[in-house]
Amino acid sequence: MTNRYPLWKNLLILTVVLCGFYYAAPNLYAPDPALQIAGASSSQQIDERVLGRAETALTDAGIGFFGEELQNQGKSALLRLNDREQQLRAQAILARELGDGFIVALNLAPTTPDWLVSGAATPMKLGLDLSGGVHFKLEVDVAAAAERKLNQYETGIQKRLREERIRGRISLDGQKVAMQFRSEADREAARREVMDLYPELFLDRVDEGEIWSLYAEVTEQTIKEVVDYAVAQNLTTIRNRVNELGVSEPLVQRQGSNRIVVELPGIQDTAEAKRILGKVANLEFRLVAEANAPISERQRFEYRSADRGGMTEWLERDVIITGESVSNAQAGFDQNGQPNVSISLDGEGGMLMSRATRANIKRRMGVLFIERKYRTRYEQDESGEEVAVRIPYDEKKLLTAPVIQSALGAQFQITGLDSPAESSELALMLRAGALAAPITFVEERTVGPSLGAENIRLGMKSVQVGLALVVVFMILYYRVFGIAAVIALSGNLVLLVGIMSVLGATLTLPGIAGIVLTVGMAVDANVLIFARIREEIRSGSPPQTAITQGFDRAIVTILDANITTLIVAIILYAIGTGPIKGFAVTLSVGIITSMFSSIMGTRALVNIIYGGRRVQSLAIGGIGSKRSSPEGAQV
Amino acid sequence: MKAIPFMKWRWIAVALSAAALLVAIASLTIKQLNWGLDFTGGTLVEVAYSDSADLGAIRKVLDEEGYEGAVVVSFGTDKDVLVRLPDGYSDEQGAMMVDKLRGATEMSIELRRIEFVGPQVGEELRDDGGIAMLTALGLVMLYVAFRFQIKFALGAVIALAHDVIFTLGFFSLTGLEFDLTVLAALLAVVGYSLNDTIVVSDRIRENLRKIRRASPGEVIDISLTETLGRTLVTSLTTLLVLAALALFGGEMIFGFAVALLVGVAVGTYSSMYVAATTLLQLGVSKEDVMVPEREGADQEGLMP
Repeated sequence: MTNRYPLWKNLLILTVVLCGFYYAAPNLYAPDPALQIAGASSSQQIDERVLGRAETALTDAGIGFFGEELQNQGKSALLRLNDREQQLRAQAILARELGDGFIVALNLAPTTPDWLVSGAATPMKLGLDLSGGVHFKLEVDVAAAAERKLNQYETGIQKRLREERIRGRISLDGQKVAMQFRSEADREAARREVMDLYPELFLDRVDEGEIWSLYAEVTEQTIKEVVDYAVAQNLTTIRNRVNELGVSEPLVQRQGSNRIVVELPGIQDTAEAKRILGKVANLEFRLVAEANAPISERQRFEYRSADRGGMTEWLERDVIITGESVSNAQAGFDQNGQPNVSISLDGEGGMLMSRATRANIKRRMGVLFIERKYRTRYEQDESGEEVAVRIPYDEKKLLTAPVIQSALGAQFQITGLDSPAESSELALMLRAGALAAPITFVEERTVGPSLGAENIRLGMKSVQVGLALVVVFMILYYRVFGIAAVIALSGNLVLLVGIMSVLGATLTLPGIAGIVLTVGMAVDANVLIFARIREEIRSGSPPQTAITQGFDRAIVTILDANITTLIVAIILYAIGTGPIKGFAVTLSVGIITSMFSSIMGTRALVNIIYGGRRVQSLAIGGIGSKRSSPEGAQV
Repeated sequence: MKAIPFMKWRWIAVALSAAALLVAIASLTIKQLNWGLDFTGGTLVEVAYSDSADLGAIRKVLDEEGYEGAVVVSFGTDKDVLVRLPDGYSDEQGAMMVDKLRGATEMSIELRRIEFVGPQVGEELRDDGGIAMLTALGLVMLYVAFRFQIKFALGAVIALAHDVIFTLGFFSLTGLEFDLTVLAALLAVVGYSLNDTIVVSDRIRENLRKIRRASPGEVIDISLTETLGRTLVTSLTTLLVLAALALFGGEMIFGFAVALLVGVAVGTYSSMYVAATTLLQLGVSKEDVMVPEREGADQEGLMP
């Protein structure tokens, strides 16, 4: 009974703690405020020339910077600033200097030294409540997505039946497309065509006297696929738009079936962010109607720009392609120096476009911009209270209606634009892509940078004060064993921070609270062990036996107690959002590290102090030093 | 060591607990909880004025601008102002209101935070929170029933429910805001209180097996006495750090710290009295903890 750990065990503990130190260390280095320059399109290279322009602009404005470098094989560049206060101003200056082709993002550049970088050690990310920024939760209007799909079916069927010269009445009836024919033969012909066109529709024949009806029903499965697609498409579009906002390390994430969470660290101007994110832009390319076209096949639209206020144009009802087909759009100039916009379409879009334009050269094509807007109406609900009802509607306005000069394919230009400003605006709208379904903001949290900094300061202070109180108490109460426990506790904190950094966890204010709580609860395992040791001594065991028995007996209790707490922490993680998840993560990691440090760590220290020699008494407070005093034993 | 006769006084504890729970439930029914923005939905704006803010003037401005139902309070210091709008304002109103406040004063105003929660989200969070709480209690009961025995599981869960209802009652009575962080704290209380209860139950089980000539009541008394030191020390260290958090952590974490302070304090009491009394009333005996031979061998391996 010598209470010595074999060398390998001591080395193992030492290695774990050293690793903890290594991976926790990057958090000690405060990041530099920085600006990151990237190209607006992924092919754009950032070279020394661009960087040089940026440096000159900053020097002219009297903004101090350092550590400028090219990153990612010239895909982006980084400039570190001397003063965080100047970050926003510097961003505005660079954005103006470099122009549309580049995105200038606020950034916090890590200052992790090389000896840590080489081991892939990185600092913890700060949550929005600590770094400042905006958190949005968006909801995709799935009903609208389903409705839009239904309209597509209706138009598609209409078009096909017209092409096949099958006469009938087609209308929408709930989740069905209703078709009515004058003869059974027509209906059968139509049924074959619809089955060929949309095999996913469920067809049902109903005879109503002289009318032969056919109902094409959209199955639940199809609706689900449509909704899924709409959410996924919106996710992509929002990602693109977020990139346009110029934020480093934004988060865009799907949550549940129809929600999207967007986190933008460092952003303060929420109005601008929301304008870009929430802009439910969709585009439609349609031919301008010929003057003699029947009224049922054309619609009138107003121009969107103010200079052509009130002017209207008749467009065909048939849509050639929508904005979803647009893969890229760039503003530029043609050979004559006139502003234009170059558009690239995806494969299917290019095919449709070429089919539609081939036969219509010299006619004009209108580009419609569709925005979802809301009207608020006040109504009385069942209990007589007034509630606001938001009624969505689509506002469709004409962006431009250029003449088709030749058959268009997947690549074409829109010319005849009034100004470079107009071309860049049009390009932006085309490029920003289309949301497949309208979105609404259901949650929004903005944290100013000063509050974030204050939260860090207060959080750190409570960790320090809490730790100090526990340290004092433990040493006074448990003497030498208390010191061992305190060292293990400090090791536990280091391990906790190290593991959180390796996991890439985000530190939030509740996360800091979790660390504080861990400090308080982590000593519990040691308290259990020490209480057992005291009991053993009280019942007459010699010191070395008491240590062994104390540790061994307490372990089962410690495991049971911690596993149940871990269950609760995991549930917390499963239901929690944002900051709460941060708390759950620290709590879980804290439980695991505290078990390691208080069982293995403390044991190693106690072994080093008392192990392998004859010991008369243990300095464990209470009874250890004065074995004859039973009163002191119970505290 | 002489055992403290805890169980002799258990009816006093039962009476106290019953009274406290009655008050808590009554308050939760009548006064209900002061639900935070996370659960009610609405808009919350925190701004910092460069100097002492005149709440009356701010109220007047908001009144004139037509912000009906706006609640204006100072937050922490007299420079910090918190404005809460009820549900029904659009997501853009928060930022617009800050602009209006800026226009109405000579002082500079710094935006600290804006929070907007739609009504649907609030309702969902409330439902999810309730489900989480019940899931936690259910799973914990299963684990304890599996590791110990069903009577211990019932004791643990009744103790946990006791702590949760007590803490909720405390929040209802004091009118402290109940937000998402408080809900998280409440789940942490479940975890903590459970920790305590397990340690006590573990000792009761051990002593039931070990001490042959004693009634279950006496065994429980001995177990509670033996674990009393540990229970008090752990609670004390936890309460120390929580007090630090409540005092220095700032306004955003205050509710969280208070919920844990109350929960840990009452959790310490309940692990001794509520869980143990339930065990005793359920008629716990040696037979309940006698394990089949093979499993007993495993136990021995773990606890030499």
